[in-house]
Amino acid sequence: MVAKKSINFITVLVFALFSISTYADDGEQKPGNKIDTAEEIKEYIAHHLKDSHDFHFYTHNESGKHYSFPLPVIVWTSNGLKTFMSSEFHHDDSGKVVVDQGDTKLVKLHSKIYELEPGETTVSFDADHHATNAHAVLDFSITKSVVGMLLAGLLMLLAFGALARGYKKGKTIPTGFSRVLEPLVIYVRDEIAKPNIGEKKYRKFMGFLLTVFFFIWILNLLGLTPLGFNVTGQIAVTACLAIFTVIIYLFSGTKDFWGHTLWMPGVPYLLRPILAVIELIGFVVIKPFSLLVRLFANITAGHFVVMSLIALMITLKESFGPVASTGMSLVLALFIMVIEILVAFLQAFIFTMLSSLFIGMAVEEHDDHH
Amino acid sequence: MDQLLHDFSPGLFFMQAIILIILIVLMIKFAWKPILDALQTREDGIQDALDSAEKAKLEMANLNADNERLLKEARAERETMMKEAREMKAKMIADAKEEAQAEANKTIENAQAAIESEKKAAVAELKNTVASLSVEIAEKMVKSELSNKDKQLELVNSMLNDAKLN
Repeated sequence: MVAKKSINFITVLVFALFSISTYADDGEQKPGNKIDTAEEIKEYIAHHLKDSHDFHFYTHNESGKHYSFPLPVIVWTSNGLKTFMSSEFHHDDSGKVVVDQGDTKLVKLHSKIYELEPGETTVSFDADHHATNAHAVLDFSITKSVVGMLLAGLLMLLAFGALARGYKKGKTIPTGFSRVLEPLVIYVRDEIAKPNIGEKKYRKFMGFLLTVFFFIWILNLLGLTPLGFNVTGQIAVTACLAIFTVIIYLFSGTKDFWGHTLWMPGVPYLLRPILAVIELIGFVVIKPFSLLVRLFANITAGHFVVMSLIALMITLKESFGPVASTGMSLVLALFIMVIEILVAFLQAFIFTMLSSLFIGMAVEEHDDHH
Repeated sequence: MDQLLHDFSPGLFFMQAIILIILIVLMIKFAWKPILDALQTREDGIQDALDSAEKAKLEMANLNADNERLLKEARAERETMMKEAREMKAKMIADAKEEAQAEANKTIENAQAAIESEKKAAVAELKNTVASLSVEIAEKMVKSELSNKDKQLELVNSMLNDAKLN
């Protein structure tokens, strides 16, 4: 009952914050512009995998109308901070629409915002379709990914806040939806944190590990909904998560850990500096890199495969006919989707598992003097 | 790799960092800390309950053993008491019998003594009576016989003979 109420509340909140705007393009996109060639599909998928500055649901084919709501753009340009709604770009992603913010002219090109060099009015491109007279700006926009993160954070706060309140009210055994969440928390604690970090020290890392686990999991699952989030498939997001792990384990490293890393005992003295370099690179670069690439690549690949399989419906229509291609696409996409649900959990688990493993390495006390 | 670096958005990285920090802080304060504390308390409670149940079981076993022992002791005590009582009873019966026997013997003895003395008295009296009768007879005989000397002698002899027979 409470869960139902809070879901209603979220829905109202979302609609209150972003009023859906529907508008036609100024003839930029011709009506009846279906995505039906392999080239267009490829571009569409590539576009989806990137972050976006508005929340796009779908485009009506005949009228060319976009059903979406705009999100705030916040950019740091050479002339200071500029904020406006992304609707000012009119869904243009090819650098054609120039937004004039007084002293600064901005364009959106392949989901990135560029600032035109002073005096220029249109973007010019070189042979590789790279802008020649514009440079990228620092983009702090509330993009689709940021909305996804905020949504995930809000969901976590509501769900686990409810669980915590239940305990505070004196219920020793949670009821309702909280009953599902409790075993998950216990799972992270007993199966991930305790075995890897150790019974004595796991407690102070639980906040990070639990937050990251549920954050990644919820975002992975959000990515599977038709809302089209691809948050954990953004390399900036996974990089940030990995860097948090690195900072945590480097700062909580014990004397033993640094001793073993920088001056490995039991190894010839000549080898020790070489080993120290290798170990340092391992801990500072390779381990976080493996974390961030694994999550990014798995989720990106998942989205890519699911979208490609859905697109089979169109690409195979020529050779197999509409019914066979649709059926094949449905069956394959469903199959991969089920796997992706597993992957969503698995990647959250692996990220948390490896983070706690690395933290465990850093806080370990070596009893055996070798 | 080039594509990856190109897709990396420093702004998104920054936003993510801020959101993650705020989220971690909020989640620790409003969710993880109370949840983990409550779980810990509950698990400790369960452990305590299990421990005390184990203890109670042990105590119960001890109590049972005690009861068993007490029962055995009581049974043994009863046994000895019964035995003593039986012995006492036998002794009392034996004593009583002995006493009665002694009493009877004594009575019999007394009776015999009385009979003896009565007999003696009776014999004495008989003797006396016989003596006096004899004397009387003798007197009469003497009176009648003494007139004849031969007869007197004959009488004396016969009487002497009689006396010896007696």
